Amino acid sequence: MLPEIGLGMLWLAAALAGLQLIAGALALTEGGKGLAGIVRPVAIVQGFLAAAALLALIWCFVETDLSVKLVAENSHSAKPLIYKIAGTWGNHEGSMLLWVTVMGLGGAFVAAVERRLPEPTMLATLAGQAFVSLGFYAFLLLASNPFTRLSPVPEDGNGLNPLLQDPGLAFHPPTLYVGYVGLSIAFSFAIGALVTRQVGPDFARAMRPWVLGAWIFLTVGITAGSYWAYYVLGWGGWWFWDPVENASLMPWLAATALLHSVSVLAARNALRAWTVMLGVVAFSMSMIGTFLVRSGILTSVHAFAVDPRRGSFILALLAIYIGGALLLFALRAGTVSEGERFAVTSRESALVFNNVMLSSILGITLLGTLYPLVTEAFGQKVSVGPPYFTPVSAMFALPMLLVMLVGPLLRWRGDTIGRVSPVLALPLVVMLASGGAAFALGVRHALPLLGLAMAPGVVVGSVLPLRGRSLRRVPLNVWGMVVAHVGLGVALFGMASDSAFSIERLVAAKIGDSTQVGPWQITLANVAPVAGPNWTAMEGVLKVRYAGGAEQVMTPQSRTFWAPLQTNAVSALLTRWNGQLYTVLGEETAADNGAPRWQLRLWWKPYVPLIWIGGLLVALGGGLALLSRVAQDLKRRKVREKGDFRRGEVAKLEQGR
Amino acid sequence: MSETPKAPRWTLWLPLALFLGFVALVVFGLVRPKNNDIASQMIGKPLPAFALRAASDDRPGLASTDLAKGKPRLLNIFASWCIPCRAEAPVLEELRRQGAQIDAIAIRDHKEDLAAFLQRYGNPYASIGADDVSAVQLAIGSSGVPETFVIDGKGIIRYQHIGDITPDQVPEMLAKLKEAGQ
Repeated sequence: MLPEIGLGMLWLAAALAGLQLIAGALALTEGGKGLAGIVRPVAIVQGFLAAAALLALIWCFVETDLSVKLVAENSHSAKPLIYKIAGTWGNHEGSMLLWVTVMGLGGAFVAAVERRLPEPTMLATLAGQAFVSLGFYAFLLLASNPFTRLSPVPEDGNGLNPLLQDPGLAFHPPTLYVGYVGLSIAFSFAIGALVTRQVGPDFARAMRPWVLGAWIFLTVGITAGSYWAYYVLGWGGWWFWDPVENASLMPWLAATALLHSVSVLAARNALRAWTVMLGVVAFSMSMIGTFLVRSGILTSVHAFAVDPRRGSFILALLAIYIGGALLLFALRAGTVSEGERFAVTSRESALVFNNVMLSSILGITLLGTLYPLVTEAFGQKVSVGPPYFTPVSAMFALPMLLVMLVGPLLRWRGDTIGRVSPVLALPLVVMLASGGAAFALGVRHALPLLGLAMAPGVVVGSVLPLRGRSLRRVPLNVWGMVVAHVGLGVALFGMASDSAFSIERLVAAKIGDSTQVGPWQITLANVAPVAGPNWTAMEGVLKVRYAGGAEQVMTPQSRTFWAPLQTNAVSALLTRWNGQLYTVLGEETAADNGAPRWQLRLWWKPYVPLIWIGGLLVALGGGLALLSRVAQDLKRRKVREKGDFRRGEVAKLEQGR
Repeated sequence: MSETPKAPRWTLWLPLALFLGFVALVVFGLVRPKNNDIASQMIGKPLPAFALRAASDDRPGLASTDLAKGKPRLLNIFASWCIPCRAEAPVLEELRRQGAQIDAIAIRDHKEDLAAFLQRYGNPYASIGADDVSAVQLAIGSSGVPETFVIDGKGIIRYQHIGDITPDQVPEMLAKLKEAGQ
């Protein structure tokens, strides 16, 4: 019964999205003003219905209701509870349901709390949100129904891909989805603003917290995803430029650019058309990424079950929404004036440079991701990998980081480089010193060397906007910027250190053998079978010592899951303040005179955790900025209410006289 | 507010034009039947001379003379960073099981990455040469990864397969190999 109720709620939610679109659009016309009142409540109810449908599906997974096809294909009764729940979105249908739920709840949230925008812009925004949702409801209900029943009911389910049976993955996709779909709100705002021609500082201030919110989730999601790939895939790498990773990176790049340009619009009423376009592009990148991953048009390690019909369906949605939005942009942006002017040396210019660099990285990532398709059109199949992406993106990222140091020090509107250059001497000296130190340590490859040189300078330079200010009186949003920029420097140091200083050993060890990896001495003490709830494993016991220090034990495993039957290596990691020891137990190799040898892959990766710590700092900086913006807004609202109240009192007194 | 000179109107249409290009591209990609047959310029010609160092610790390197020892072989161009190669790995393993001898050239690869790739996806190769700057790859007329060449016993290129070999193409590849042996 529950699956049918869930399906019913989904249809209802879709119908309400239709109503929201029609009412919102009609309310903008002369004759339909009366409908304006229902748009917000409809948006809220629609969000809750979608959420209820998702809960119904989660419950089917928790109960392991095998009469539901999706559960039978992707779950198993012997799975721990957390993976039963995570299994809900570990597949195509469930993840699309999560997508529409986040979109519905996002719209509901906007409808409930957003009061800054002029009412017509708000109505157009909610209608736009409903229009986009409607397409995804149609996709879900017509081409990927998650509640389809199965008859006869199978004995047990197929289980979840073991790679996905990991705590990190239980939370990583929902986090990313909140980010992806949160950008739909920026998209709808952009549409609303284009329809009503209301692009200005008010629009920017209203849009900013939503963009910030989505961006924080994207940042956390990408950081978590990178760490997941790092320790689950057992390859020791943390970014593979896989189409799915690129699909998450591209919206993040667009959202980062949007975040900065929206600040220019809010503070200086400049970059109007550009900001609106980024609002459209950011969510478009979410949709394009989803399409590229789900349609199976690109080969990826993250491949979902591929169905060509679905690819065509999503493509049609893309064409309607992105094409429509860009058409609207082309028609309307000409009537939106560019806004205030600014000098070449000014904070605006630095932010424009940042935007151009971010957009360039976005462009080259998209090009690299699509390039296999382009060549296929000419009859050749190729794969584009890190040898292209890494240097080309660094070519834009490194200059951007340099300008990032200068930008926050410049004044709005116009400034001179002479005023800030004495301050900039400090980070430059730090860069030269750390570059020299890295060279002395034997780093010779250009990119790691540049990264090691720049990272400490970026950290020092990012703190400079705080100089000469009373730290307690620095606004929270400035702290947010400082923390986020420092985070970038920290992450850069981790990345450069990983590629410059990582040491790898691949050994075939007998029990009792010892080996040296950098400062670590590692002994294979034992290999023994262990069992978990739905797997058995061979577990290696490694005794490790750092530079002759105390002995610690690490236990990498080679696990065999039985539902579905699959073997995969579970790495063991040991984190110190200055790096991480990464161990993987491989196969048993041919025994020589009775004693079996085990393949061990061992890495010592100095400072590698800084990559993710930096990522989290970036997100934390976003969080501080969001907090500050929301607090400012609440304060403004309160002051306005107080003013209204006083005016009301005065009016009463006047009348009473 | 000061009115500023605007960008020319046509630039506003640029995003839409780019997007339509993208749509055209993927529609083409979705509709087009997969076809990996391409007549190569190099077919019927001898392999260029090369000698590559070993790309991994447990397999020897590869020289052009190794490929002219009387028995036809497959020469697979791959890389650990190449995603279609991951899909192709089990197919190559199947080819090896059915008696094909496969040598490989790893393009712009790092030893550690390659070791991880081979451990994870299997190692069907008899030898693996490292081509760090794509020099050999270009010389034998391959422009991407993965690609597979059929080389006869005299070191003559007999067939070039562009892209990953799919499971249903295994018999075809074996037939080409057999043909090259005659």
